[in-house]
Amino acid sequence: MDLSSINPVLLVASIMVASTPVLLAALGELVVEKSGVLNLGVEGMMITGAICGFAIAVNTGSPFLGFVAAAVGGAILSLIFGILTQSLLSNQVATGLALTLFGLGFSALVGQSYVGIRPPATARLDIPVLSDLPVVGGMFFNHDIMVYVSLALVIAVWAVLKFTRVGLILRAVGENHDAAHALGYKVVRVRLCAIMFGGACAGLGGAYLSLIRVPQWTEGMTAGAGWIALAIVVFGSWRAPRVLLGAYLFGGVTVLQLNLQAAGLAIPVEYLSMSPYLITIAVLVVMSASKGRVRAAAPACLGRIFHAST
Amino acid sequence: MNKRTLLKGAAAAFVLSAGAVFADGHEPTKVGFVYVGPVGDGGWTYEHDQGRLAVEAEFGDKVETVFQESVPEGADAERVMTQMALGGADIIFTTSFGYMDPTINVAKKFPEVKFEHATGYKRAENVSTYSARFYEGRAVQGHIAGKMTKSNKIGYIASFPIPEVIRGINAAYIHAKRVNPDVEFNIVWAYTWFDPAKEADAATALIEQGADVILQHTDSTAPLAAAEKVEGVIGFGQASDMAEFKPSPRVSSIIDNWAPYYIDRVRAVMDGTWESTDTWDGIAPGMVEIGEITDAVPADVKAEAEALRDAMAAGEYHPFTGPLKKQDGSDWLADGEVADDGTLAGMNFYVEGLTGDIPN
Repeated sequence: MDLSSINPVLLVASIMVASTPVLLAALGELVVEKSGVLNLGVEGMMITGAICGFAIAVNTGSPFLGFVAAAVGGAILSLIFGILTQSLLSNQVATGLALTLFGLGFSALVGQSYVGIRPPATARLDIPVLSDLPVVGGMFFNHDIMVYVSLALVIAVWAVLKFTRVGLILRAVGENHDAAHALGYKVVRVRLCAIMFGGACAGLGGAYLSLIRVPQWTEGMTAGAGWIALAIVVFGSWRAPRVLLGAYLFGGVTVLQLNLQAAGLAIPVEYLSMSPYLITIAVLVVMSASKGRVRAAAPACLGRIFHAST
Repeated sequence: MNKRTLLKGAAAAFVLSAGAVFADGHEPTKVGFVYVGPVGDGGWTYEHDQGRLAVEAEFGDKVETVFQESVPEGADAERVMTQMALGGADIIFTTSFGYMDPTINVAKKFPEVKFEHATGYKRAENVSTYSARFYEGRAVQGHIAGKMTKSNKIGYIASFPIPEVIRGINAAYIHAKRVNPDVEFNIVWAYTWFDPAKEADAATALIEQGADVILQHTDSTAPLAAAEKVEGVIGFGQASDMAEFKPSPRVSSIIDNWAPYYIDRVRAVMDGTWESTDTWDGIAPGMVEIGEITDAVPADVKAEAEALRDAMAAGEYHPFTGPLKKQDGSDWLADGEVADDGTLAGMNFYVEGLTGDIPN
């Protein structure tokens, strides 16, 4: 065992990169679920974002345009889900699952001619002074811009939900859509906006995988990240800061266990492999329980179909 | 009418309606493939699918092929195989180690359907097994890795602790150690065949800890993409040539060539000569190919690696030739002794010098 071979600066930097895709997707899903909609299509939207972003970035040479395209692609796909569930009142669980299957197939089709191509590199942000700080600079201030976008998004989602009128309406729609409707809020319109925001975030998360973390296009490359994002929203009890914690914990332990394995730590590999899941669940369960909140934190109307006549 | 006859009737009706019947009354032979990853993974599953396409090219409209990709190892696999068998498949290739028990289970229910399971060791009346001696390719990789490493640290991304993977680690280590006594292997178990993000993370972790050669036994090209980001790190194509990463980081590769075997076996089904067999072919018959060694490798190392390859092809050299000891220091092979296939097929130990334990 040689733990000194693990460089803490590089480790923390890797953890931030590894956590970002799940964090982005989970934040989007958080907003969707807060509005009372359960969209199980995160995986499908992520992989669609991954290929849309990849294709546009390769064709234009601009990673920025790639990320924009990924957000748009994810949002369009989620709009299909939105129309089916909000206007046509289809079952949300079934439609969400269908969206995942569709996204996986669709991305494989679009991506056929992109296998083995290298995407244009995304520049690392060089922040004056901060990036040059010893240790801390290498850990936190030497990333690509999307890492900071995802962190800014955590603050934005938290602040909007907690302090603004928009956030209040969104939560009202999610807690009791009939009351919100009676007050004159457009339940379906609010939910459609939330769904599209969720799709855009999932798309960004997917593009982060294909453009920065891996970076390349391979069919099925999200490999379940969307489902992890869904789980993190639940275990984060629908709060942005806890979702951040969950995503970083999951990404952190995933990277850490690989590093410990590489360093030859004398813990059986099976335990290291399952540790990301176990630790994430354990910590978030403890956190949700410790405040003494017995009432479930889930939005009351989560997954329920709304129709103005009922 | 019980459930079984109902199923049989449904299957027969399906075959009659779906299969194009030839003028002489022969239906095309239906060939099924079950894949563990997507056909576009650029590695393991991609090569199996190339084999499928070769079968189509060989027999034209005398065959009809179907495949199902990204099938999880476990209960889902059984469902997929059952569906293929009910759909009238005459022979089904199941192309991952984890399909072993599902294949045996489904084969019991469909005695007339032939099954071919890749890399496993359980056979039955209507179940054959086939695999390639990938360890011969690993020996060549180990030789190049040992010569090329400057940090003397070689990273190895392993998938699952099964004999095939352990054989590969041992073969690579023996040949790296032979040309470079200071070499050290860092092994990471990814517990997946295909997860590009995780494979990239594993490669990054190994590189950050000083490895400058990455060997992989997972199916995607992500470790090569990770190696490419760092100057001076090399890797190898796994299962497929992965030529898009030439000349570096990909300096060579192991290519699985399943096409001749698949064509043979489908022909045997057509002729009615199919029998349950166990096939384990290496470089000599062409089931394992060594991809072009690029100019990133010095000419003398390249020549040595090619000589090693040719010696194995000619049957003059076996990668597991004594004297070799097991990790615990006990004797395994005496001087000049060659490992027997039985031991290799069930290999569950490291050779002397490797550190760490094999997970159970």
